[in-house]
Amino acid sequence: MGIEVKNLVKTFDKKVILNDISFKVDDGKILSIVGFSGSGKSTVLKLISGLIEKDSGEIITTGGDVAMVFQYSALFDSLNVFDNISFALQERKDLRGKYSKKELEKIVAEKLDLVGLSGIEKKYPSELSGGMQKRVSFARAIVTEPKIILYDEPTAGLDPISSTLIEDYIVRLKNETNAASIVVTHQMSTIKRTADSVLMLYNGHAVFEGTPEDLLKADNPYTKQFVNASIEGPMTMKG
Amino acid sequence: MYVKFFNCGKIQHKVKIYYKATYTYKIFKMLQAELITFVSTLGNIAFMCLEFLKGLKSFPTSLKSIMEQSARYGVSSLPITLSIVGMTSIIIAMQVAGEMVKQGGGNYVGMLVAILMIREEGVIMAGFAIISMIGSSMASEIATMKVTEQIDAIKVLKVNPIHYLFTPRIIAGTIMMPLVVIVASLFGVVGGAVASNLVSGLTYKAYFDSVWFGLNMHDLNVCLLKSLFFGFTITLVSCCCGMEAKDGAKGVGIATTKAVVWSFVSIVILDLIFAAIFFY
Repeated sequence: MGIEVKNLVKTFDKKVILNDISFKVDDGKILSIVGFSGSGKSTVLKLISGLIEKDSGEIITTGGDVAMVFQYSALFDSLNVFDNISFALQERKDLRGKYSKKELEKIVAEKLDLVGLSGIEKKYPSELSGGMQKRVSFARAIVTEPKIILYDEPTAGLDPISSTLIEDYIVRLKNETNAASIVVTHQMSTIKRTADSVLMLYNGHAVFEGTPEDLLKADNPYTKQFVNASIEGPMTMKG
Repeated sequence: MYVKFFNCGKIQHKVKIYYKATYTYKIFKMLQAELITFVSTLGNIAFMCLEFLKGLKSFPTSLKSIMEQSARYGVSSLPITLSIVGMTSIIIAMQVAGEMVKQGGGNYVGMLVAILMIREEGVIMAGFAIISMIGSSMASEIATMKVTEQIDAIKVLKVNPIHYLFTPRIIAGTIMMPLVVIVASLFGVVGGAVASNLVSGLTYKAYFDSVWFGLNMHDLNVCLLKSLFFGFTITLVSCCCGMEAKDGAKGVGIATTKAVVWSFVSIVILDLIFAAIFFY
C-alpha cells in the first residue's frame, strides 16, 4: 500500500498551511509534490516523518521505517561518512549493539556502492562536494531498509549534471528498495525523470493531481503557469 | 475593553492605533514578550532535564563519547580556568596581605585566601571560565546542528537527540567540573602564597600553616558538591539553549548568548542557595 494521506490539515499560528490534503503512493512508486515556496510541500514531508504533529487527518503507512533526505543533506559534520551512514545502526535504541564492527563495515560499503561512492568511509562531510554529500545522505537514509523515502528538494543547489545523477539515484533506490517515495521539487527535469504521479499545492490546497504527462498537457491555469514558469496566472508570490 | 464606549468603527480603529503607539503599551508588550520567553525557556529546560534523566536508564551513550567530552571539558578549559582563578587569588592576596601583615594579622592571610578560594572564588571563577569556553561552544554546536536540520535528521533516524547529544556532555560536565575546581583552587591557593610572599614578605610556612588551620573538611565537601551541581547545570543549560535555536546564523548567535547568560545566572543562584544552606 505504501502511504495514504487523508484530509490532512496543518496550521501554524492560525495560518492554514495544509487544508484537506489527500493522496496515495503505492510501494515502488514516486509522487512528486510541486508548488510555490511556502505552499506547504516540506510540511507534508515533516508530517509524514513525524517531525511535526498534524492538526487533523490521517497518515496511513505500511509500517517499517520512514527515511528522509534533507534539502541540504543534513549530514553530521562532526562524524565521518562511515559513522554518518551507520548512525542509526549504532545509536538507535532497538539496533544498538546488534551489529558487529565488521557487519557495519559491510553494510556501509554496500550502501555506498549503491550510490556510487565506494571507498570514502573515512572522509568527513566538509571534504565532499554538494552532490556527494547528497548521495551520502541517500545512503544514510536507506541503511535501515525503509519502506517510505521522502526527498526534500534533492536537486536544490546542484549543477545540471549532478542533478541528473541524483535523479537517476532516486529511481535506482526506488527499484532497489521498492519503497514508496515522495519527492518535493521545483524542477521539471526531476518530475519528468523520476515521478509516477504529481501533486501540486497552492495556498495549502491541492490544485492538481495526475501523471507528469497530464501536468504538461492539462488545461489547468495553475499547472500551465508552473510549467511555463510564468509570473502571469492565478498563483502570486504573496499567496 | 478600552474601545467599549465607542460605537463608531472608525473611532474605535483610531483609538486602537493611538493606544498601540504609546510607550506604555510598547514597554508592556516588550515585558510581556520577555516574560513569555523566560517562562518558556524555563519550561524547556525542565522538560529536557526530565527527558535526559529518563534516558539515563538505558545509558544511551558510549564511554568513548564521554571521554571525548571530558577531554574537551577538562583539558581544553584548564589553561583559561587556571589563569582566571590564579590571577583572582593573586589579586586578593595582593590587596589584603600587605595590610594584614602591617596590622599583625599575617597569620590569617593564608586562611583568608584559602577559604575564599575553596568556598567561593575557585568554584565560581572556574564556572565562569567553563561557561565562556565550553558552555558557549556546546550551545553553538547544538544550535548549528538545529538550524542545519541535523537534529531533525537524528529524529528521523529514530534516535532521541536529547539522549544522544546531552548524555555524554552532561555526564562529562558533572564529573569533570569538581576535578577542574580542585586543580584551580589549589593553583589559586599556591598563587596566593607566592603573591603574599612577594608583596608583604610573608613566609610560605606561615601562609600554609594558616591555610591548614583555617580550612576544614566541611568546606571541601561543600566545594565538591557545589562544583558537581555547577557542572551539571552549565552543561544542561547550554545544551538546552542550543536546542532552542532557530532562524539560521542569527539564531545560533542568540542561542549562544542565551546559554552564557542563563548559565551565569543559574550558577549565581545556585551559589546563593548553597551559601544559605551550608554557611548561614
